[in-house]
Amino acid sequence: MTNPNGRFGIHGGQYIPETLMSTVIELEEAYNHFKDDPEFKSELSTLLNEYAGRPSRLYYAKKMTEDLGGAKIYLKREDLNHTGAHKINNVLGQALLAKKMGKTRLIAETGAGQHGVATATAAALMGMDCVVYMGVEDMKRQALNVYRMKLLGAEVRGVESGTGTLKDAVSECMREWTARIDDTHYCLGSVMGPHPFPTIVRDFQSVIGKEIREQMMEKEGKLPDMLVACVGGGSNAIGTFYDFIKDESVELVGCEAAGKGVDTFETAATINTGRLGIFHGMKSYFCQDEYGQIAPVYSISAGLDYPGIGPEHAWLHDLDRAKYVAITDEQAVTAFEYLSRTEGIIPAIESSHALAYVMEQAPKMSKDKTIVVTLSGRGDKDVAAIARYRGEDIHD
Amino acid sequence: MTEIRDAFSNGKALIAFVTCGDPDLDTTKAIVRSMASNGVDLIELGIPFSDPTAEGPVIQGANVRALKAGTTTDKIFDMVESIRDDVDIPMVFMTYANVVFSYGTDRFLDRCVKAGIKGLILPDVPFEEKEDFAPACEKRGMCLISMVAPTSHERIAMIAKGSKGFLYVVSSLGVTGTRSKITTDIGSITEAIKKVTDTPCAVGFGISNPQQAKDMSKKADGVIIGSAIVRLVAEHGKDSAKPVGEFVKSVKEAMRSQ
Repeated sequence: MTNPNGRFGIHGGQYIPETLMSTVIELEEAYNHFKDDPEFKSELSTLLNEYAGRPSRLYYAKKMTEDLGGAKIYLKREDLNHTGAHKINNVLGQALLAKKMGKTRLIAETGAGQHGVATATAAALMGMDCVVYMGVEDMKRQALNVYRMKLLGAEVRGVESGTGTLKDAVSECMREWTARIDDTHYCLGSVMGPHPFPTIVRDFQSVIGKEIREQMMEKEGKLPDMLVACVGGGSNAIGTFYDFIKDESVELVGCEAAGKGVDTFETAATINTGRLGIFHGMKSYFCQDEYGQIAPVYSISAGLDYPGIGPEHAWLHDLDRAKYVAITDEQAVTAFEYLSRTEGIIPAIESSHALAYVMEQAPKMSKDKTIVVTLSGRGDKDVAAIARYRGEDIHD
Repeated sequence: MTEIRDAFSNGKALIAFVTCGDPDLDTTKAIVRSMASNGVDLIELGIPFSDPTAEGPVIQGANVRALKAGTTTDKIFDMVESIRDDVDIPMVFMTYANVVFSYGTDRFLDRCVKAGIKGLILPDVPFEEKEDFAPACEKRGMCLISMVAPTSHERIAMIAKGSKGFLYVVSSLGVTGTRSKITTDIGSITEAIKKVTDTPCAVGFGISNPQQAKDMSKKADGVIIGSAIVRLVAEHGKDSAKPVGEFVKSVKEAMRSQ
């Protein structure tokens, strides 16, 4: 689905300093070499199965389905992966690739901390050094994950520039990478940044959709009618969608973070409020002002608090193949609490954005329809923040 | 106003950078005039960007201050138009792709022509992506300045071949900012460039004092100084024009005395 120069329609590309060009070209060559290499594939699938716990379950949410009274709802349980989110799928792939390329050090950005934890985990497993960049605001929101990364042997560097959130952590990783490329791989956590990252990350995450297809055929004997996933940069969503893009009967829905609402400045809903731009190595849609200054976006969810969206999503939006809806903090928190009570599953606040859309749509659909919603991560990390949102002050 | 090539016509060129609107546009005006009358051959005017991924802490700070002060692309165009008649050295813009793209590339470049801006440096636009901007610049007789880095190696010939104005040779890995030592073999990079083009080469990133400028100018056609100037502006605020003028004068004198 990618053009040779990393374009998805008009989106994508390689808008990076010349200093990094030889490095991303080297990465692309290495990836093209190893992705079909039987030994690499077998090592990666062993890691995914034996270490990360794949395949993840496709769970029929019976109580939720009955309570909502419409379409049959399945949860793709990426929250049950080792480290508690889909991030590990990509990280194990990239860390293995980096190791084959002779790199000894991983750097990564993180928002909610899940990608940082996954990268720190892979680095520990493979005996690599690891530095994770995290906005100082996010370090406050996700103190537990900061400590997890340290436990795993990673160094966490607080990023104070800009808004002190995910976009600033990405910028700082890019700066660090231009300074140190010989021994360092930038383990980018989402389907964004310069080519080849959107393609590499999508390929490593596409295991989600491939499993959904097999599991649905096994359980229902047919494809789902709708796939729903949350979208920040969009890695769990593209992982969910990718295998189904050609199946036009399957509706694809990405849920963006509306924050306090798309009619406020405190939002991170890129497709719904942004416009075409060039940033962080790619052409795509971005939240920005009239002069192209990147907007200080907001969401209760640190993992969706990003002013851009991956270029393949931007393209799917242009083609009208996928739909991108905006879900507010309040809707997401309500869904967070609903799934906890109804199914005994505490979802990540990011994934709760997808659940909120399902809660809205399922009752409107007939009982013979099926929805698969990707539960991209577990919500333990969010409990303190949700308590604060509800006015209860508990310690992290 | 003169052309970019004129900056390289009397000895080694001193190229000086300043972030527009730091701490305000009146100060930028005074700094530009002071630089022009103290031996600077070409001025790089930085249009601030919210997320300058190729900059170190010093220029990041200038971007933050300028944006906080309400600096916009339109106000910068107005400022440049107001001084174009009394600044007789060429000026180019240095900014990020989205600032130009979001303004509308054609609209942006039309205003550049009107303001007398001769070139554009976009550190996040490598050779592979220059089609977005280069043809629109050429159509207007403006130069999209190409950059060569220590990691460019076999890419040098490809980049240098179609280069316009001057080639920006990045002295070191990493982001902008002063460095105590430059370890890259600049001589071999400029040599590789000279094999395929006669476009002049200027070395930038990390050059912070007269001695470094003198050393670097032996290996290239010019030197670019950015962070060292921006640091003076951070220190002196609205009173920066004089110290910046004195500094660039000392640099230019060192470059002449070889």
